[in-house]
Amino acid sequence: MSEFEKEKAKFEAKLRESDKKLKPRKTRFSTWSDVEVPMLSTPADLEQDGFDYSRDLGFPGEFPYTRGVQSNMYRGKLWTMRQFAGFASAAETNQRFKMLLAQGQTGLSTAFDMPTLMGYDADSPRGKGEVGKCGVSVSSLEDMEELYEGISLADITTSMTINGPAIVIMCMYFAVAEKQGVPRDQVRGTLQNDILKEYIAQKEWLFPVKPAVKLVIDTIEYGTKNYPNWNTVSISGYHIREAGSTAVQELAFTIADGLAYVEESLKRGMKVDEFAPRLSFFFDVHNDFFEEIAKFRAARRIWARLLKERYGAKDAKSMMLRTHAQTAGVSLTAQQPYNNIVRVAVQGLAAVFGGTNSLHTNSMDETLALPTDEAVMIALRTQQVLAEETGIDNVVDPLGGSYFVEALTNKVEREALEYIKKIDEMGGMVAAVEAGYPQNEIANSAYHFQRMLEKKEKVMVGVNKYQAKETARDLKTLTIGRAVEERQVQKLVALRAKRSSAAVASALADVKKAAEEDKNLCEPILTAVKAYATLQEVCDTLRGVYGIYREDGKF
Amino acid sequence: METEGNSRVRVLIAKPGLDGHDRGAKVIARALRDAGFEVIYTGLHQTAEMVISAAVQEDVHVVGLSILSGAHNALVPDILDGVKKAGLSDALFIVGGIIPEDDIIELKKLGVHMVFTPGATLTEVVEYIHNNAPKR
Repeated sequence: MSEFEKEKAKFEAKLRESDKKLKPRKTRFSTWSDVEVPMLSTPADLEQDGFDYSRDLGFPGEFPYTRGVQSNMYRGKLWTMRQFAGFASAAETNQRFKMLLAQGQTGLSTAFDMPTLMGYDADSPRGKGEVGKCGVSVSSLEDMEELYEGISLADITTSMTINGPAIVIMCMYFAVAEKQGVPRDQVRGTLQNDILKEYIAQKEWLFPVKPAVKLVIDTIEYGTKNYPNWNTVSISGYHIREAGSTAVQELAFTIADGLAYVEESLKRGMKVDEFAPRLSFFFDVHNDFFEEIAKFRAARRIWARLLKERYGAKDAKSMMLRTHAQTAGVSLTAQQPYNNIVRVAVQGLAAVFGGTNSLHTNSMDETLALPTDEAVMIALRTQQVLAEETGIDNVVDPLGGSYFVEALTNKVEREALEYIKKIDEMGGMVAAVEAGYPQNEIANSAYHFQRMLEKKEKVMVGVNKYQAKETARDLKTLTIGRAVEERQVQKLVALRAKRSSAAVASALADVKKAAEEDKNLCEPILTAVKAYATLQEVCDTLRGVYGIYREDGKF
Repeated sequence: METEGNSRVRVLIAKPGLDGHDRGAKVIARALRDAGFEVIYTGLHQTAEMVISAAVQEDVHVVGLSILSGAHNALVPDILDGVKKAGLSDALFIVGGIIPEDDIIELKKLGVHMVFTPGATLTEVVEYIHNNAPKR
């Protein structure tokens, strides 16, 4: 028996005695995802995992990037502070953008309303009551021009949360950049464009899975050739987690989605090092501090190894998992909403310890409504406090080498790889989604979590413990009136009267023809949006060719 | 959680509008099923007509609408009217989601019986339906 083993045995005997005196508060201690964790980790845990510093961690900026994708991380460049914003009309959102930039935000992030996300114009009966409610309403290039009016797209990176009709919105953005005279290699930003996670979690889809994935690959192909600094896809775990998955499921399904885009791009004839450097990621950062940090570290290691080993990537940029993070909307409570500020601060801290490259911190009122200017300001200031006052920007991956964090990183990685293997065996994520596999796994986890809450096995402060009589009434929230919808409808009527209907008809016919002939649709859609064809006109044209997607009522 | 007599009560859980947030609807549907109710879930992106037709076709006792997009004021009245006009005048109407307090008052005036907001427990929902579903 080694000296260490002797000491460990002595400690464990002592622990059994002290546990008798002061009984552990619970029979089982687990993470927010309900993964049981040890009380104490030691070198023995890492030895058991066969931990090897050079192989498993390496130095920051070096394979497998566990410690971060840049050598000097936040010393060189702080994470991008990017608050997701969008409500009402383009003009109103434009004002919010300008306010955020004036307050020190360093990137834009655009939220679109439900009709836009589903490829309907503001005047569609399908969008009744939803125009401008959960994001900004964009029906044509005219709205997009207003959205970024007075903001130089050469000087800012813009992220856009749009998926089903992402190809159309991307073309509108490129058209705006072109009108501003921005050279193509200076157009920087990120299109979410991750359609697989729509079927899995966010549920804003247009077409059946296969043609929808084809459109994603069209944008990857077009972006890679024409916009070298544009992130073509933001492979997103955020919505998967918000829909109720565990941390491991979020990680596994996201990586599996990414692998599907890689496979499909290779099938299109692209080389991995041509397109993989422009794939980016987006993860949730939830309540459980160490579990989240482990998830981000494991994500980088898994992606780097898979890209290198499975696809033979040679360019380091292909292997680097660059990610945005957003604090967990689902963790916010309507009860005692000021407590949310604290949750967001802790989650933001975990994202930074996890080495995120960009961060959105939620506003305290987001569980009640879209955030007010005041609430957004506190959220942004939270990031600024983390960056400027806590000292975490001084040091790279400070938890690297922690017995617990390394062991947890290994565990999260192992369990995610098991899921990925299972999805591989099903034929990849497209087949798994069509079979409803990830959807069902998430629904199971969501139900399990709700049952734990009801049994108070997990505590949400103010919800199932420490409740107070107080309500949210004292918190002023943002309301979006029906007037926005009426204004947007009038704008569309005017647009349809002033544009050339012949040019629109001809451009839409070209879109249809290209879709039928299975050609890349970016050029024809770009021509259509420049002629002020509306979002829905383009999407309806494609619906005519591809059909629509419907999910059964399984629960 | 199963309560005697629930098996004859049919509950429609519907997602009207374009809102894709279905976590809550699915969790509630499962909890109601586990409590013995007969549950029909519409799936996502339903128009008012689709919800009304599902309610009538399944001859439900309870209509539960899940809306987290802020579109409740536009969506609920049409469905409420349609279901009543189609002959299910005694159906119990429940709305769940992010509904501001002032809107809850308005929805109740229109005939919605109960609104559950974030923080409501599965037990509360099950008990409410058990105690209030119409006896036919």
